[in-house]
Amino acid sequence: MAAGAHIVEGGFADPVFASQSVFRAVMDAMARPGPVQAIDTDLRPPAPLNIAAAAVVLTLADADTPVWLGQDLARDDAVKGWLAFQTGAPLAGLPSEATFAIAANAAALPSLSSFALGTQEYPDRSTTLILQVETLTEGEALTLRGPGIKGSETVAPRPMPGHFDMQWRENNALYPRGIDIILAAPDAVACLPRTVRIGEGES
Amino acid sequence: MDAGMDADMDDGLATYNFAYLDEQTKRMIRRAILKGIAIPGYQVPFASREMPMPYGWGTGGVQVTASILGPDDTLKVIDQGADDTTNAVSIRAFFAKVADVATTTETAKATVIQTRHRIPEERLTEGQILVYQVPIPEPLRYLEPRETETRKMHALAEYGLMHVKLYEDIARNGHIATTYAYPVKVEGRYVMDPSPTPKFDNPKMHMSDALQLFGAGREKRIYAIPPHTDVVSLDFEDYPFEIQHFEEPCALCAAQGVYLDEVILDDRGGRMFVCSDTDYCEKRRAEGHRGHLAGDTLEAAE
Repeated sequence: MAAGAHIVEGGFADPVFASQSVFRAVMDAMARPGPVQAIDTDLRPPAPLNIAAAAVVLTLADADTPVWLGQDLARDDAVKGWLAFQTGAPLAGLPSEATFAIAANAAALPSLSSFALGTQEYPDRSTTLILQVETLTEGEALTLRGPGIKGSETVAPRPMPGHFDMQWRENNALYPRGIDIILAAPDAVACLPRTVRIGEGES
Repeated sequence: MDAGMDADMDDGLATYNFAYLDEQTKRMIRRAILKGIAIPGYQVPFASREMPMPYGWGTGGVQVTASILGPDDTLKVIDQGADDTTNAVSIRAFFAKVADVATTTETAKATVIQTRHRIPEERLTEGQILVYQVPIPEPLRYLEPRETETRKMHALAEYGLMHVKLYEDIARNGHIATTYAYPVKVEGRYVMDPSPTPKFDNPKMHMSDALQLFGAGREKRIYAIPPHTDVVSLDFEDYPFEIQHFEEPCALCAAQGVYLDEVILDDRGGRMFVCSDTDYCEKRRAEGHRGHLAGDTLEAAE
């Protein structure tokens, strides 16, 4: 694979301040699950990697963090080359070895329990899944409760993985183990930390 | 080429990266902060760096602040509630220099507040971030010195030892004698050390509108409490948790229901009690509140 211009170009023009502002958006989204945080950057990642997902990866991943790519992304040499050049992150062969996982196609996502879930002693050693979605506001509304949320919040991502409600309840049941999800629409993110409960009727 | 490059070069000499830390270190700390937020009260290990100040001077808090701070932030730093003590002044000057951020002493104007051992009296709001400097993050450390054991106890949520400690307080003193670093349980799961804040401040952590981040530099741990999160001080049904109460109001601003410092005035037992939160006290005095030692009568006499 030749290291063409498409691999070298399209990163943050100003990595220090761009990653700081992306991080604050992600931190806010993680601390307050539900509300959508805009991601405003000059990134030009190769398709099918979307801008927000690329921004999150460039902000958080480096040589210390194996990254697992979902089927559609792993097939694409431009995406792999771009991420390798921009982050230096090694690719994880298995989802369970990944610090970050990026998936562009929710339908082809392996079950949430196949990612690294951490251990009871070190629940932080788990995968953060960056899941690309088309929208965070026009899909089926999910009602969220839990830490970071006053009362309840909603987020409406689309498309989501199959049987997501059930898979998420299983993820909840593993607490403090479990994965955290960063939902990445092209221009915004919303987070589902492992503490979030989806669609419970309690007040 | 761009603003970032300009910031790195000063008269042709290389200076520090924005906010002192290099970008790889910031990424590592940012990852730890996100995990900490996702697992409220759990202590995330991180590769704490040497900072240009000794351990014990807030290196953990400084690293957390450096990793979250941006050019649009306004920073406030307090040490035991005061904006004007050595630790607060030097950390505020450090960030004014290496990050060129706006600083303030006013609680309401700050977006990021780094604190050593107090929570401001003024209610924190949505969008504010409180960064604690933490000396010993492990609440069980004085009860069990081995990290392998305390880690297992957290894994199993086995906190009986902490209740025994509080019970022994009652057996010896007739009440729970722990007055600072009073252990809390976060979201019904992890027992957490709130850092050596007076227990007076514990109720402010519960369902706070602000995000709370904790950094322990020497012990290499980061932990967090998201906003609107359940934080319960440990106690017993027959010995419920209580905060300190003060007999008299602040001698300068007459505030009641705030945390007061005792100031010795002479060697004949003279003393006064004043607000530990200097910004709160100054604001009240500017609004016209006067305590019995506010000094106005003296000025008028002169």
